[in-house]
Amino acid sequence: MEQQLKGRIIYKGKAEGEALVTNMPISFFGGVDPNTGIVLEKGHELEGLSVKNKILVFPQGKGSTVGSYTLYRMKKNNTAPLGMINKETETIVAVGAIISEIPFIDKIDTTKIKTGNKITIENENIHIITH
Amino acid sequence: MELTKQEQAMLDGKEGYAVRKSMEILVALGEIFDAKNLIDVGSVQVAGVSYHNLGDAGLEFLDSLAKDGKVRVLTTLNPAGMDLENWQQLGITAEFAEKQNLVIDAFQRMGILVSCTCTPYLIGNLPLYGEHIAWSESSAVTFANSVLGARTNREGGPSALAAAFVGKTPCYGLHLDENRVPEVHVQVETELSKLSDWGALGYAVGKKAENQIPYLTGIKTAQLDELKSFCASTVTYGTKPLFYIKGITPGADKQVQPKETVTIKAEDIKNAYDSINDNVEEIDFVCVGCPHCSIKEIQEIADLIEGKKVKGDVELWVATSRTVKHLADKRGYTAIIEAAGGKFACDTCMAVAPLKGRFKALATTSAKGCFYSRHNLMKTKMGSMKECIKAAVSGKWNSN
Repeated sequence: MEQQLKGRIIYKGKAEGEALVTNMPISFFGGVDPNTGIVLEKGHELEGLSVKNKILVFPQGKGSTVGSYTLYRMKKNNTAPLGMINKETETIVAVGAIISEIPFIDKIDTTKIKTGNKITIENENIHIITH
Repeated sequence: MELTKQEQAMLDGKEGYAVRKSMEILVALGEIFDAKNLIDVGSVQVAGVSYHNLGDAGLEFLDSLAKDGKVRVLTTLNPAGMDLENWQQLGITAEFAEKQNLVIDAFQRMGILVSCTCTPYLIGNLPLYGEHIAWSESSAVTFANSVLGARTNREGGPSALAAAFVGKTPCYGLHLDENRVPEVHVQVETELSKLSDWGALGYAVGKKAENQIPYLTGIKTAQLDELKSFCASTVTYGTKPLFYIKGITPGADKQVQPKETVTIKAEDIKNAYDSINDNVEEIDFVCVGCPHCSIKEIQEIADLIEGKKVKGDVELWVATSRTVKHLADKRGYTAIIEAAGGKFACDTCMAVAPLKGRFKALATTSAKGCFYSRHNLMKTKMGSMKECIKAAVSGKWNSN
């Protein structure tokens, strides 16, 4: 099955990959290991999973503003997501995506996307292929 | 968001890479928060300075901006991961120092004052009432909004830098009157007798007014150092970076006391201490100066420690700005504290230095310092300056 969604561009660009979805906010500083891309936060739905080369789908960021730099570190270390989708973003992840040049859209009903779906982000459009 | 011709040209890259990247950040934030336009800022405070938090990638990013980026307004810097002159004495490795110096060098090239303090308002970056600024560092943001009556959102490192390169910030949030209205009345029904009580009050207010703007009543007097401590604590533990204290902070008389009321009683202050303090007696690290010590606090430390000795296996750090330390040098306080075995930690602090695993238990006057030291795996004790100096001398916490 295929589906199209439209959101708001935070950082424009094209990205294609597999979705990794959580309903919990993510703190990149302290919550994700920038060397591996693995989520470290205790009790997080994604704890132990890697965000590397995924289309990361989450409601919004949280925690320290240093998180913007963590995303940039991940991009340089090749451990960053290929693209990101938020329900309603905030400054930490928005700024992180801009300085790291990661395609990023928000104002999306993220419940429509499931982990493992094939996602294409192109500017404000999201194309989803479910199995 | 509406851009002027000049702003659009900046976004299109006509003024170089750093300005283009900065405009991308400012415009995105403006769109996210429905700002109508950009406004001029009077000054900027940039956080995200410690190499410990930036890593090589952060350094690379700053380096790329420093190639053609120059700040357009007075811009000061938050603490770094080490004392820039005296790092060996504080146990920092040469590898770390080399990287930290590269970070500082990048900021220098941008035209930023290497003030390396979380209290820019004590060393010459003092915004006026009503002035729009773009500051990061949550304690300084709270001080600027509440004690000075200036206007700033809680910026992150990159968005503050962006504002410095453009000289503007998107007009939303705490820049607008309608978002500066107090949301909850906090009636303080207890006496505050020592500096750390203000940190405890910040904890209690943070928990009771989470993500709100508090309007405090029942506080009769307040001193600079007490407000500095309260600012750091209340925002760390939960409120928005703005509060009013009736009869004390500017603009409180223009606001209406909110109907919703919570009270702070003696037991709330005691509960705050109980939550912040761990069950520990042996202390191996005493650090005062979160936020950075004022000259008055350094005088108090010198008075308390004169003629005494810091215990052999304990480290005492006095964290302050280099500017304030110069005053302490002239007045002889530095000599007294160093003769007792205390160390000055200028340009840095316990929250941003690479301290993980170095110490077991911290004594401090600061509630915020306790919060961040837990991340560094330390047990924590918060108390008065007197209790902290006593702990430095005896190696034990004993508040009786």
